[in-house]
Amino acid sequence: MERGRLGSFYGLKVSWIYLVSGVLVLLSIIPFWILFVNATRSTEQIQQSFSMIPSIYAGYNYDVLTGRGFNIWRGFINSFTIAVSATSLSLYFSALTAYGLVIYNFKGKNFIFAVIAFILMVPTQISMIGFYRMMLNLNLTDTYIPLIFPAIAAPATVFFLRQYLLSAFPKEFVSAARIDGASELGIFHRIALPILKPGLATMGIFTFVASWNNFLMPLMLISDEDKYTLPMLVQLLRADIYRTEFGGIYLGIAMTIVPLLIVYLILSKFIVAGVALGGIKG
Amino acid sequence: MMVKKKHKLVRYDKYGYFFVAPFILAFLIFQLYPIIYTFQLSFTDLAGWETEFNYVGFKNYQAILGNELFLKAFRNTWIIWIVNFIPQIGIALLLAKWFTDARVKLKGVGFFKIAFYMPNIITAASVAVLFSTLFGYPSGPINQLLMYFGVLEEPFEFFRSVGATRGIVAFIQFWMWYGSTFIILTAGILGINPSLYEAAVVDGATSGQMFRKITLPLLKPITLYVLVTSLIGGMQMFDIPFLLTKQGNPDYSIETMTMFIYRQAFAGGRNYYFAATASVLLLFIILIVSVILFRAMKSRTDETNHRRMRKAGRR
Repeated sequence: MERGRLGSFYGLKVSWIYLVSGVLVLLSIIPFWILFVNATRSTEQIQQSFSMIPSIYAGYNYDVLTGRGFNIWRGFINSFTIAVSATSLSLYFSALTAYGLVIYNFKGKNFIFAVIAFILMVPTQISMIGFYRMMLNLNLTDTYIPLIFPAIAAPATVFFLRQYLLSAFPKEFVSAARIDGASELGIFHRIALPILKPGLATMGIFTFVASWNNFLMPLMLISDEDKYTLPMLVQLLRADIYRTEFGGIYLGIAMTIVPLLIVYLILSKFIVAGVALGGIKG
Repeated sequence: MMVKKKHKLVRYDKYGYFFVAPFILAFLIFQLYPIIYTFQLSFTDLAGWETEFNYVGFKNYQAILGNELFLKAFRNTWIIWIVNFIPQIGIALLLAKWFTDARVKLKGVGFFKIAFYMPNIITAASVAVLFSTLFGYPSGPINQLLMYFGVLEEPFEFFRSVGATRGIVAFIQFWMWYGSTFIILTAGILGINPSLYEAAVVDGATSGQMFRKITLPLLKPITLYVLVTSLIGGMQMFDIPFLLTKQGNPDYSIETMTMFIYRQAFAGGRNYYFAATASVLLLFIILIVSVILFRAMKSRTDETNHRRMRKAGRR
């Protein structure tokens, strides 16, 4: 009898939990659902009534959108170029740094580690004025250099990969490889990097997404429309030329979101596991 | 033999410098130098397209502390962050408690995690423009829905109302981040030693008691981590309020500190000196609040630990 009563109590609680969670799931999905539906509806339809059912005007909206200089494919290529370059540099050099900190005992190592821990806390936007003026003085505005190369110093990634090496990399491998005559850099490339792969993948996703979504830095540095990244193109949708073209606006937003949604749906389990490891939060 | 071995070790260890050199170099060029340069500019009068500047002492700091717009941006940033964070941590904690409760076996935990976290991955700029259109006037989808269900008689102009606009920004921040907070807190709870809960069950504790007496105290370091990172992110809020309305409308009510910095430097007179001053103040605000939070949380954690230890000793 006791069990039965407790059982119905927990049954009620479980229903309640599913209800709240269900509402939150809808909250995650509905804005995007409306977005994709409206991307296929004509501006007249959108203004007349609300609908959750797609229509047939996606092609028309696409013509409106691109007819007004919204070069989404160029933006796609630009964002991709920057994100891939920044992610590769960040992963390679972070792994190199983490390896250096774990394998070698050199003077100042603890100081460097303390510096890394400290800059984890210092927000990047604090230095953006100095950063912008420096790039202006060097004539590097309107280039991708300031958007790509700072990725070499990624303290969060170094921190994460260092932990990873400490737990997954047997140091005896290094002395064994040295006896076999391998060079120091060769040991890093042929032994450490393959072992680091899962850790690199986790950090790679987050670095890529952060670079892809970055808005403020390119907004400050890039003024040539041919060099605009996707988030900067989205900002154009707020300009007056699109004022009443709602179909086009929705389609434009949808097209910037689709690649990320696809990547997320494929890698979601992996990403959620990465978030649980902590350390990643903007 | 010994000497030779030692000599060899030292030689290898020198390679360490070579491995960390690119990081250090990039850090010095792209992070440390811009911070120092920003500090320097905050004591000058650099503006417009000039390249030369004069030092003006603390004049900019005096001016900015009396600047209405900066003070307003400071207040706005805090209001929006607090209104987003309280429900965020509350709901995340509640969900984390539910999803880790061993007595309530839930199905589809993985699916819920993926759905809750989804908004976080989407470009903030796109999200801002999307919500700006969803809450549009007079015929945005939200207005259409509210009128369809009879909540509103006629369309409501959300972006003319200070409360509604700030609320929307706070809601978007909440919506994008509660999933992340929930996942981190869940990982924290799962990391707590299960034998503590087993012992509590033997002693006849309810799940509410276990949550208050075991989960919450032991979760403090992770809660602190979430709090500090959310605060640092919140103080730098830019993309959402910048793109949701134009010019922080209505009446600069969603103008944040980073938006203030951006506008000072890149709109109108290009007052780099003022933008730099605001950046330095923002850095100090973040550092001071982080230190206060660490201190407060740490001393309280120590207290509870002491009490628990004494209790355990008595037992």
